[in-house]
Amino acid sequence: MTTQKPFITRPGTIALYVATAIVFLLTFSPAVALAFILVFGIPLFFMHEMPAYTTTGEKIGKYIFLTICTMIFIFLITPILVIIPLSFNAEPYFTFTEGMLSLDPSAYSLRWYKDIVQFGMLDPTGTENWWSDMWNNSTWVRAARNSFFIALVSTILATAFGTLAALGLSRPEMPYRSAITSLLISPMIVPLVITATGMFFFYSQKNLFPFYPDGLSKTYLGIILAHATLGVPFVIITVTATLSGFDRSLIRASQGLGASGTTTFFKVIMPLILPGMISGALFAFITSLDEVVAVIFLADVDQRTIPRQMFSGIREQISPTILAVATLLVVMSIALLTALELLRRRSERLRGLAPS
Amino acid sequence: MKLKLLISSMALSLGMGFAGSASAAGGEITVVSWGGAYTKSQVEAYHKPWIAKTGNKIKSEDYNGGIAEIKAMVEAGNVSWDIVDVELSDAIRACDEGLLETIDHSKLPPAKDGTPATEDFIEGTLYDCAVANIVWSTIFAYDKSKMPEGPKTMADFFDTKKFPGKRGLRKGAKVNLEFALMADGVAAKDVYSVMETEEGIDRAFKKLDTIKDDVVWWEAGAQPPQLLADGEVAMTTAYNGRIFNAVAGEDKPFEIVWDGQVWDLDLWVIPKGTKNKELAMDFLGFSTGTEPLAAQASWISYGPARKSSAPLVGNYATNEKIDMAPQMPTNPENLTNAVQNNFEFWADNADQLNERFNAWLAK
Amino acid sequence: MPDPTTPILTADGTPLKAKLAQTTRQLKWKAFLLTLPLVLFVVITFVLPIGQMLYRSVHNPAGSNVVPQFAEFIQEWDGQGLPDDKYVESFVKDLAVARKNREIGKTVGNLATRVNYEMPGSRSLITSTARKAAKITEGPYLDALIKINKKWENPAIWLTLQRVSKDYTLAFYLAATDMKYDETGKIVQADDLYQIYIPILLKTLWLSAVITVLCFILAYPVSYLLSTLPLRTSNLLMILVLLPFWTSLLVRTTAWIAMLQTEGIINDALVFLGAIDDDGRIQMIYNQTGTIISMVHILLPFMILPLFSVMKTIPPSYMRAAKSMGASTFYSFRRVYFPQTIPGIAAGTLLVFILAIGYYITPALVGGNDGLLISNLIADHIKKTLNWSLGAALGTILLVVVMVFYWIYNKLVGVDNLKFG
Repeated sequence: MTTQKPFITRPGTIALYVATAIVFLLTFSPAVALAFILVFGIPLFFMHEMPAYTTTGEKIGKYIFLTICTMIFIFLITPILVIIPLSFNAEPYFTFTEGMLSLDPSAYSLRWYKDIVQFGMLDPTGTENWWSDMWNNSTWVRAARNSFFIALVSTILATAFGTLAALGLSRPEMPYRSAITSLLISPMIVPLVITATGMFFFYSQKNLFPFYPDGLSKTYLGIILAHATLGVPFVIITVTATLSGFDRSLIRASQGLGASGTTTFFKVIMPLILPGMISGALFAFITSLDEVVAVIFLADVDQRTIPRQMFSGIREQISPTILAVATLLVVMSIALLTALELLRRRSERLRGLAPS
Repeated sequence: MKLKLLISSMALSLGMGFAGSASAAGGEITVVSWGGAYTKSQVEAYHKPWIAKTGNKIKSEDYNGGIAEIKAMVEAGNVSWDIVDVELSDAIRACDEGLLETIDHSKLPPAKDGTPATEDFIEGTLYDCAVANIVWSTIFAYDKSKMPEGPKTMADFFDTKKFPGKRGLRKGAKVNLEFALMADGVAAKDVYSVMETEEGIDRAFKKLDTIKDDVVWWEAGAQPPQLLADGEVAMTTAYNGRIFNAVAGEDKPFEIVWDGQVWDLDLWVIPKGTKNKELAMDFLGFSTGTEPLAAQASWISYGPARKSSAPLVGNYATNEKIDMAPQMPTNPENLTNAVQNNFEFWADNADQLNERFNAWLAK
Repeated sequence: MPDPTTPILTADGTPLKAKLAQTTRQLKWKAFLLTLPLVLFVVITFVLPIGQMLYRSVHNPAGSNVVPQFAEFIQEWDGQGLPDDKYVESFVKDLAVARKNREIGKTVGNLATRVNYEMPGSRSLITSTARKAAKITEGPYLDALIKINKKWENPAIWLTLQRVSKDYTLAFYLAATDMKYDETGKIVQADDLYQIYIPILLKTLWLSAVITVLCFILAYPVSYLLSTLPLRTSNLLMILVLLPFWTSLLVRTTAWIAMLQTEGIINDALVFLGAIDDDGRIQMIYNQTGTIISMVHILLPFMILPLFSVMKTIPPSYMRAAKSMGASTFYSFRRVYFPQTIPGIAAGTLLVFILAIGYYITPALVGGNDGLLISNLIADHIKKTLNWSLGAALGTILLVVVMVFYWIYNKLVGVDNLKFG
């Protein structure tokens, strides 16, 4: 049982090659043949060695199962990957031109990326004060600045409050635990339209908030508070998950050795729950970065964020600029995902759960 | 060349008529309008000369109509829009609800010959809280290159047998019901009296039913020319100026059908509580002066609201060959079968009819 | 042997029981105090705003704001026929005063809008009458009004005025459930042609169910595969699930527009393959199909992750044991494997269903005409038609529906078991 046979089973591979050749002859398209070999070849790759008593029927069954899974994975990932090449389209279309398919370099261009920077600028071709013009006037640059500012501050709020609360919630003595947890998770469950509507009315009231006699709607603070609220559930969930594997005797050991509460927190608890906190913070960050409903209801043009700008772009004049922005966002989520994965591994190492 | 002359003469004449109320330079106002070619025409005809004259700045913003934003701002007491271009029915409703500043008509500049503004403006274009700038129209248009023997009447728009292909319509009850009734044979002058009755509304929806499966709905004014250009629709309703600009500015082979047009006014309003009321009033007065209104008409085919502007309307600003007068909704030839949007009817019935329209759409 | 009747004492002489209780109480307080800042924060930024919205759905003081004396006075009226002239007189006088009022929320327009909601077509009746109200100086007032507009002869308008003069109303809940007051003030169903909110709510529930089922069908095999593969391979494949999960909602929606448009990738591919004509391109977006496809894609990870985390804990030896005892693959799957995955199924389906009911962005962008959900109507009333009370009433109904499912989720799965990645 320990010997590994090659992944690809012989008869299957030959059948695949023959079928691909037929497909190619029928369509004369390398792209179609490539797609065909991917969809039907990847399952073959995963056909592990099966016990000797496996019937042919079971083998076919397994192959079909794997093909279905491959198709589902393709369904999941294709839309995200397909926009990346499209964003380099030289033409203002949302589809592959013939030039792109035949890999003609002139069919590709960076014009939509240039457009991201230049759209809204007073003088995109001028050299004088180009940088300050871009920083202050470019629509997308402003949106990005708003997005990151709002996301950063709301993440800090959500993480600080959320971690504290998670520490309380994971104590065995916590009263009304499930009621309070349900309350704190509910911003994730309640439809955003309802949350945003409620906040829209609430924040528009005058003479209610200190320092903001005109109300909080159309201010950065209003959106930051809204996004912090929406990020809280993620912090609670990830930090309590980390704390569930937390050995409470460590706290007692620390206290037994004479450490104060603060020392215990920063020297013992914090390092251990840090991965949970950071991944919670990342979730809160990406939630804020992606959130658009509350922004639609609460923000003014001055506080437009990237998703808000995309929303109106898609609604009114959908141009490949949106695809270029989308590509940048995909690259960013890959970076965040990598960070999260590294954190998860670190956390597992710390807790002695190294992957096999 | 002509334009430069126009602008300089404009600045001169305004210097005389408006010297008293000119405000100190250095301020900034936010002017909100419908975007695209329309906003561009206002930037050229109103914003630039005003900036040059007063030294103030203008922040230009786009929106899709309606009074929701104004209402939210005014009620929150945080008004960031100083002057907004709205449709008549919206201006009336917003004024009724106290969302707008009232406007003193005597402060509007008189015509060159001294006719006071109250007489120079076409009847029905001055209101307590709103001053009209242009007459615009909803028409339908098609691509001539794809349909050489194109539609001629509103009935053709609804005839998908004779003219196959998708239709573009604005999402909402307004104007579509009028179009449907005219296509069903109701004379332009009787449209609103038919719509006053439940049977009339049923009739309009029944007519809309006949093309429902072929309709692509649009919301922003910039969409219909795009839909036509992409071949997404064979013909579409649109704001006449947008189609004109696609034709004159981008050489698109579009043709406007004026039969059954529904014309309406766009007006300037000033949201209540703006911190720049003085400047906004100054801009309002300036831009609705005789020359700026005439200048705008050389950038987009919307008719000026002042009588004294009409004779000054010349040719298209970037193409001298195009005479603007025949492109205007108010051109007599275009008015043979036309309706003026009845703001009172829509103020009364918009809520209910939109509800029915949405129910109809979702079925 | 200590006497069981004398309590055990601690060092300072208090009974141990009391001391223990005190310590527990202190610990409880400590735990609670840790959560307190966040609880307060969430109450202020989330619970209060929603509570206020609920209040707005029943509280609409247009009547008492605009015509205060009349609003109080008319409540005495028995509602039979036309009101006595004394009521009409107070109405006319209030209206004349209100006409000059430019204060927000207290203008004639506010009253007219409110009346128009309940009696469509009467907005201009109120506004035009208000313009002339100051000129009516002596009775009979009712006749004077009728002279201005015949519609004042209709008792229904007076009944409506009496209704809108109350600060608290159920009218918006009636509207939200496709009902209304008829001419005589009785509650009746709205005409078929105006039925919209209940059908859309039902459609929302139905579409959410379809999306949930589709997600389940797609997620189950994938989760099974992920849970049975060796850790390194499954971690790698997991990226294919997590990347969409981490990618912006708007990016994914944009991607689906690019894929599904009539001039989009899928249609182009089908035309290229000769499956359809260039004229016969399929409409896959800006309708229900587009909403379903893109929402399934967006919500699929929320189904895969809980299923995966449950399946991971099921030892593969169970299935092998069943098979070795002679059960067929299907039988052992149905009787041994499947029942153990039910907690994951419950968690995944409920989560996806709850999220789907409240979706707004994706249907707004790709829903077209028949792919719109109840959230879109709520947003429309808040942002476009400005019938805020109706929007709030619809929101409350949606909130109740979601809360019911959240409660079920809590009972079946428990909020503590929510996990990501």
